[in-house]
Amino acid sequence: MTAARRERLRATVYSLVLLALFLGLWQTLAGAGGKGGKGAGIPGPVAVAETAWHMLADPFYDRGPNDKGFGIQLGYSLMRMMGGYLAASVVAIMVGVALGSSPALLKAANPFIQILKPVSPLAWMPLFLYTLKNAGQAAVLVIFVSSLWPTMANTAFGVATIKKDYLNVSRLLQLSWPRRFFLVILPAAAPAILAGLRISIGSAWVAIVAAEMLIGGTGVGYFVWNEWNNLALNSVLFAILAIGVVGVVLDFGLGRVAKLVAYTE
Amino acid sequence: MPLLEIDHITKFFPNTDGAGEVCVFRDVAFKVEQGEFLTMVGHSGCGKSTVLNIIAGLETASLGGVVLEGREIAGPGMDRMVVFQNFSLMPWMTVSQNVRLAVRSAYPSWSGAQVDDCVTRYIDMVGLNGAEKKRPAALSGGMKQRVGLARAFATEPKVLLLDEPFAQIDALTRGVIQEELVRMWTASRNTVFMVTHDVDEAILLSDRIALMTNGPDARLAEIVEVKLPRPRSRADIIDEPEYARLRSHIIHFLVERSRHLQEQAAAESGLPGRNLVRTH
Repeated sequence: MTAARRERLRATVYSLVLLALFLGLWQTLAGAGGKGGKGAGIPGPVAVAETAWHMLADPFYDRGPNDKGFGIQLGYSLMRMMGGYLAASVVAIMVGVALGSSPALLKAANPFIQILKPVSPLAWMPLFLYTLKNAGQAAVLVIFVSSLWPTMANTAFGVATIKKDYLNVSRLLQLSWPRRFFLVILPAAAPAILAGLRISIGSAWVAIVAAEMLIGGTGVGYFVWNEWNNLALNSVLFAILAIGVVGVVLDFGLGRVAKLVAYTE
Repeated sequence: MPLLEIDHITKFFPNTDGAGEVCVFRDVAFKVEQGEFLTMVGHSGCGKSTVLNIIAGLETASLGGVVLEGREIAGPGMDRMVVFQNFSLMPWMTVSQNVRLAVRSAYPSWSGAQVDDCVTRYIDMVGLNGAEKKRPAALSGGMKQRVGLARAFATEPKVLLLDEPFAQIDALTRGVIQEELVRMWTASRNTVFMVTHDVDEAILLSDRIALMTNGPDARLAEIVEVKLPRPRSRADIIDEPEYARLRSHIIHFLVERSRHLQEQAAAESGLPGRNLVRTH
């Protein structure tokens, strides 16, 4: 107990030292002229903190297409991401269950999955833009693709490795297909499925920024690109930090869900 | 007409180290009457658990079949329920959810209140009240098997199948749960087929005991009747001369005759005893 606490304390101290080193390095690189001035080197931590303060003080203002509060942009990104991510998760879990239940099907589908998996989801963008003729929907579809594979692969693995005993019990009890799916297969594979969902939400959040840079209009990705065009690097740096924090929050949320569905045999 | 008839079943498994198939057991035939408690005893590898799984419908016989109430079984059904050696409880469900799953399957037309009532009754019966909300991981082996028994008895199957139900329970607890099983069976009078390698357990619980020779190519050698008065308790039967006679008969069988009979059968069929392979 005391050993664990000592380790935690040590980790906290190291973290603070790393933070101080990072801020020091940043301030040195930014130089004396870093106080938010356009073209005067990258802004230092103080300037970024000031920008952050302004942005967070009024996150939801809307003064036309090129001037929206950061909260609004974040909201657009999150909504777009959630649309693609939730749809992908449903599809990935369904297909994953099917693949995990049938070794032959898994073998048959594997070459296709292996080829599609390493393709950057953004490579699909032109195709989606061409077919949908709608940038917003194309971005959602990119997110869909980006969050499909980890959940599908983990679900297939989770279902394929369900203990035979549980399936035997559900056979003995003559469970109908829906009861078998919701009461046995899903909960048995839930820890593996959630591991996949966690990886997927990470890739979705990575992909949304890039997708929004391409489609423009709204979202944090567009915000970053727009601020770069304004040469407002302090806003860009603030956005980088904010995107990271949101990513942590999303992962933490799914981590809590993973704890809920975990079980010990 | 017997309730359950095992009609000359034979089981081949794929040979793990070569071509063809190995015969686990051959030509096993016996009948179980309504309300009877029949136990199959034999060494590991004689295929007794496979016999049980075939009756349950989880596996199929290579030759022969199983007839229940005049109809050949094809797969699992609610008329048969298994109590597993490794409990096989759903670890993500609580004690009462595990029993509930079985009760809802057995009585799909029941209301929620009726199901709850039944679940509570069977959990009380196995003495698990207070542990309803616990998950299996929080229970001892003995408590887990109590859940297994409650789950199986609650479905009121025509045939209860017990697959070495007490093998993974410590010796002291085992005696207590065995007597609980006696009590539950006395009240319900289910027809039971049990598989075990514990001779004392077989004598305490059974009306008849089927003895299997060693595998591979195991045969059903004989079925002995247990003529001890019921209800039985371990303390009472241990001094009965019939108990001592039966026990020595079965142990003698397991130690010597099960192997001799296997070799004898092998010699008759002209095949080496340890290497029975059927090739296609």
